[in-house]
Amino acid sequence: MGNHSNSNWWIWKVFWILLIVTAIEVALGIIKPPFMMEVYFGTKLINHIFIILTLIKAAYIVMEFMHLGQEKKGLKLVILLPALILIPYMLFILLTEGLYASIMI
Amino acid sequence: MSEHKENTPKAWSGGDKPFNASYGKLMMWFFLITDALTFSGFLAAYGWSRFKYPEIWPNPEDVFSHFPFLEGDHPLLFVALMTFILIMSSVTMVLAVNYGHKMQKNKVILWLSLTIVGGSIFLLSQAWEWGHFIHGDKGGIDTKTESVVHLAKDNELSSIYDMMGVDSYDGNEYEFTVNQIITSLEENPEYHIRKANREFLTNEQSINYLNENATEVILGANLTRNEYGHRLFADYFYFITGFHGFHVFSGVILLIIILLNVIKGTYERRGHYEMVEKVGLYWHFVDLVWVFVFTFFYLV
Repeated sequence: MGNHSNSNWWIWKVFWILLIVTAIEVALGIIKPPFMMEVYFGTKLINHIFIILTLIKAAYIVMEFMHLGQEKKGLKLVILLPALILIPYMLFILLTEGLYASIMI
Repeated sequence: MSEHKENTPKAWSGGDKPFNASYGKLMMWFFLITDALTFSGFLAAYGWSRFKYPEIWPNPEDVFSHFPFLEGDHPLLFVALMTFILIMSSVTMVLAVNYGHKMQKNKVILWLSLTIVGGSIFLLSQAWEWGHFIHGDKGGIDTKTESVVHLAKDNELSSIYDMMGVDSYDGNEYEFTVNQIITSLEENPEYHIRKANREFLTNEQSINYLNENATEVILGANLTRNEYGHRLFADYFYFITGFHGFHVFSGVILLIIILLNVIKGTYERRGHYEMVEKVGLYWHFVDLVWVFVFTFFYLV
């Protein structure tokens, strides 16, 4: 992270992280290791891994590329809190309803 | 009053900077929050449908398996390339913003131009992807239970075109009837049906199943029916990737506008390149959304 305005090395660092994480996702998606196809907490282990890797990528894009990491704490909270509260809430409601609807068919 | 207070314009003239961010940057962030919630609404709705139809929802790897100039099935490769292109264009965008901070006009022009090239290549890739999705290449058979079944050969997903001995991309518009499919199944015993829940029927069972349940043969995809599976699948595909593609398109237009301004020297005269930074925020957001679309449409 450090002082962003003086050099470009951090940009390429983030680029390599995003690239490697994407490559891992694609490799897992093609290989589909059998032990990852077991279901835990409503979905396959491999899907949990995909979601965690996606959130890592999202964090790097928002914090580094969009410079949110360097903004004031208040601005960070204003931007992150609505997303971090509303999106999981919406997912919880809709996925629970979807599961319920599948039982009702 | 302190000296600082006298030098800055009054709050109502835009003098104060809440959170130490300029008015334009704040508003861009607020717009992006609402846009993020819109996209998460779409993806959550997609999740709802998938959870409602867990058995018959199409496998993404059976649907998106093409790569330009390559024969056969290559699931994920093309969309991985598209992801790479978009990440790369995000990197060139950060570089443009960075050189903007240093007031290096020519480097801003270089990296902004490369970002526009990246965004345009992404849009062309998406057009190619849509073309293949609309055309289809395996074909499906709609049934009374509203689930779409597919043809298989020796317990591997195959295609109607293969069984009928034609090439789906030879330039002809093909149409088949259910009776033609049944006749062909009788003549080619190595072909059989894969039901929507990925269960394979024997050739004999397949013929009986089609006689009882089949309503029509579907080739390709539109908003009301598609060969891949549940009709909502294609609707979500068009809506979510289309909405994202429209964001990319708008982003490219914005980038072209600010590139012209940079070339004209507008920001040089203004003394700062903040406009490049604001459009950069939007561009990274488009990349951010794609990261999620990639995961939830193609991977999961």
